[in-house]
Amino acid sequence: MTPVTPEISVVEVTLESDLKNVEVAEEITRRVSGTAGFDDEEQTRIEMAVHESMINAIWHGNKNDSSKSVWLQFKIHRDRLEIHVRDQGNGFDPQKIPNPLENQNLLNVSGRGIFLIRAFMDEFRVENPNGTGTEVTMVKRLSSGTHTK
Amino acid sequence: MSMKATIRQVDSVTVVDVSGRITLGEGCTQLRELIRDQLSKGNKNLLLNLADVTYIDSSGIGELVSAYTGVSKQGGALKLLSLTKKVHDLLQITKLYTVFDVHDDEAKAISSFAKTTNA
Repeated sequence: MTPVTPEISVVEVTLESDLKNVEVAEEITRRVSGTAGFDDEEQTRIEMAVHESMINAIWHGNKNDSSKSVWLQFKIHRDRLEIHVRDQGNGFDPQKIPNPLENQNLLNVSGRGIFLIRAFMDEFRVENPNGTGTEVTMVKRLSSGTHTK
Repeated sequence: MSMKATIRQVDSVTVVDVSGRITLGEGCTQLRELIRDQLSKGNKNLLLNLADVTYIDSSGIGELVSAYTGVSKQGGALKLLSLTKKVHDLLQITKLYTVFDVHDDEAKAISSFAKTTNA
């Protein structure tokens, strides 16, 4: 009998909204993205995207309120890794964030987090499901050159 | 590991050997206070050695930009030394590599301040 391999593996964690948990999320991301088959360089990029999403969720979404939490979910598909980060904040419109590459914004102190997530991941979207917080979805596809296995 | 910094004086240049993480929170605050402290002492030629920086995020990059503009406004110069591949790539992606004066060799970096500032 042929063993049945599940189509999707899911890893889910809820973290207290505290900056110290950003490193916890990075560690989980590195392990999950390694398991998904990404090489070291891609793991670093995915880890940075999750780092920036966690910062946005804790700092901007939950306003650094440690009584709130951040929900993190990884879905390992055969061909891609899908990551969801949800906070308990009021949301934001990524279209309203100025392009940090434009000359007048180049020396701005902030505003590069979302830009880096977009640069490192293949898909990025922001949703405000049922008014219960902001959920960021990021997808990284496995290309034939990135497999470690 | 949070950020650590060791400061040494080479001729007219203050070299800051930075290690660890320059990220939102402790790392960025430490770097901001360090730059402010050096400027208050009149040290306006600053060389940040980033060889042992293990992690930098968008806030850390913002802190480097803030340090660069702050030092420039005081009539000084802030330059970067020995970028790791991660930091190098981030500065390339954000188009800041052309803004900063980046060096790989400390002696050459030190001597470049004399040309820049005529110190």
